[in-house]
Amino acid sequence: MRYIGKKLAAMIITLLCISFLVYLAFDLIPGDAALAALGTDATSESLAALREQLGLDRPFLERYLEWLVHFLCGDFGTSYKYHLPVADMIVSKLPITVIMAVISFFIMVVISLPVGIYTAKHSGRRIDRFAMALNQVVMSVPHFFMGILITYLFGMLLKFFTPGGFVSYETDFWGFLSYIIFPCFAIALPKIAMSVKLLRSSCIEESKKDYVRTAYSKGNNTNKVLYRHVLRNAIIPVITLWGMTLADMLVGSIVIEQVFNIPGIGRILLTSISYRDYPVVEAVIVLIAFVVIVTNFVVDVIYQLVDPRISV
Amino acid sequence: MKRKKTYSPNFIMGLVITGAMLLLVLAGFIHTPYDITKMDSTAKLAAPSLKHLMGCDNFGRDIFSRVLKGMGNTFVIAVATVTIGTVCGVIIGAFTGYFGGLLDEVLMRVNDVVFAFPSILLALVFVSIFGTGKYNVIGALGIAFIPSFARIVRGEFIKYREMDYVKSARLAGVGQLRIIFVHILPNAMPVLLSSIMIGFNNAVLAEAGMSYLGIGVQPPSASLGSMLSESQTYLFSAPWYALFPGLMIILMVLGLSLLADAGK
Repeated sequence: MRYIGKKLAAMIITLLCISFLVYLAFDLIPGDAALAALGTDATSESLAALREQLGLDRPFLERYLEWLVHFLCGDFGTSYKYHLPVADMIVSKLPITVIMAVISFFIMVVISLPVGIYTAKHSGRRIDRFAMALNQVVMSVPHFFMGILITYLFGMLLKFFTPGGFVSYETDFWGFLSYIIFPCFAIALPKIAMSVKLLRSSCIEESKKDYVRTAYSKGNNTNKVLYRHVLRNAIIPVITLWGMTLADMLVGSIVIEQVFNIPGIGRILLTSISYRDYPVVEAVIVLIAFVVIVTNFVVDVIYQLVDPRISV
Repeated sequence: MKRKKTYSPNFIMGLVITGAMLLLVLAGFIHTPYDITKMDSTAKLAAPSLKHLMGCDNFGRDIFSRVLKGMGNTFVIAVATVTIGTVCGVIIGAFTGYFGGLLDEVLMRVNDVVFAFPSILLALVFVSIFGTGKYNVIGALGIAFIPSFARIVRGEFIKYREMDYVKSARLAGVGQLRIIFVHILPNAMPVLLSSIMIGFNNAVLAEAGMSYLGIGVQPPSASLGSMLSESQTYLFSAPWYALFPGLMIILMVLGLSLLADAGK
């Protein structure tokens, strides 16, 4: 419990720091909401009047606190360009990004576990050497290039899906899933390669230890030792890696969304950056950072449940 | 320690690939077969041939020349990024690890905050504030890379600071700075070196990702990421346009990761 409490405190401090720094950074940019609303040829009097009306003339800290309170209540501000509440723009897009990250994570775990165990069991044999060479190559592929390869191979040559034919989960959930599965593989494949490599070396490392010999001497067969003893310890570093990749996948989907033409959070972020629509950029960045940090916190807690030896 | 080593095939392959990539990057700095902005309307989306080794893009520009220049850009950005990350990381890590105390506590908290912030998001904040371009990419990625180096170096310094050779150096009256940089740092080198190689790879991937999103090196400069993004429109009719820039990114990363693995 103490561990969780301490981690929770650290997380809240990190969240505060990040929201503060991002707010500060965007506050330093020349041009504010008043200028954005009135345009560059507005008179200084009307600008000052609007600033007062919007509360932009107040001290920085006061504005930050107000922004933070609103942010936590789900009011992310108003877009300069579309004059829409940012929350409304994001709310239907966020699930796309989150679902993609979750599916990719699931794919990663389901594939890398058996492959990692299999290669560890057969280490040094030809199949293992082949798998490891392939692994090394896959690990070096940037995920967006993987996306392009998948589009070419499965979309254009084999016609398993129509490139660019994204349907929203609101209109056709199965159509959405059958499209989204390909970008998810693009996100997951390099991560699969990483975790297979780690799991394999971790299993091999663990099976050299004394307790494994003891387990064998008690008459257990290879599979029993592997699953009951070796794997339990070997999986721990892999879980750490998985925890880190979950956050990576959330952020990675920003890029992958562009490859597969998916109108998710990444699309909003990039178009807002090009339009200099700062409230949107600010809100989306803080939101993603929050999701990532909370995910890391949850992973830390789960990690401790799996391995009680870890303490503060 | 300096005995004759037998090199693993992975190491040799890594060396060969990295060497070849370095040669291409160097060649690109000196000379490219075609001007990278020269358009040839008769060669639009031409297939690879002896005249154009990797074919031509949608403007009829020679892809091989653009790949060479793009690799050069990627290389320069990655080197600069890793240099910023390493230099700052080593200084922060060395001092916090060696002295500990309040400074350590504070800097490590700051470190955690930066570390928790995904590097591509940091880059996006940078770009939306300072605009796009090569130097902003370097700045953003450089800052994003500091925490991981600082953490690794700090760990090494904590390991070594209580060792006997450090204690005797201290007793002999050696200055703190000399102990840090002359006595301890060389011992941290092997670990640092492999994380530099991994960092370089991450920088290559991050830079490619950023220019793919259109927030990195700006056209008409060549970059592997923006070529990939452009090539997607012509993926069906000219798959080689996507293939070659992608392949070069893979080879750059693969070569160094083989070397980093062998170094462990």
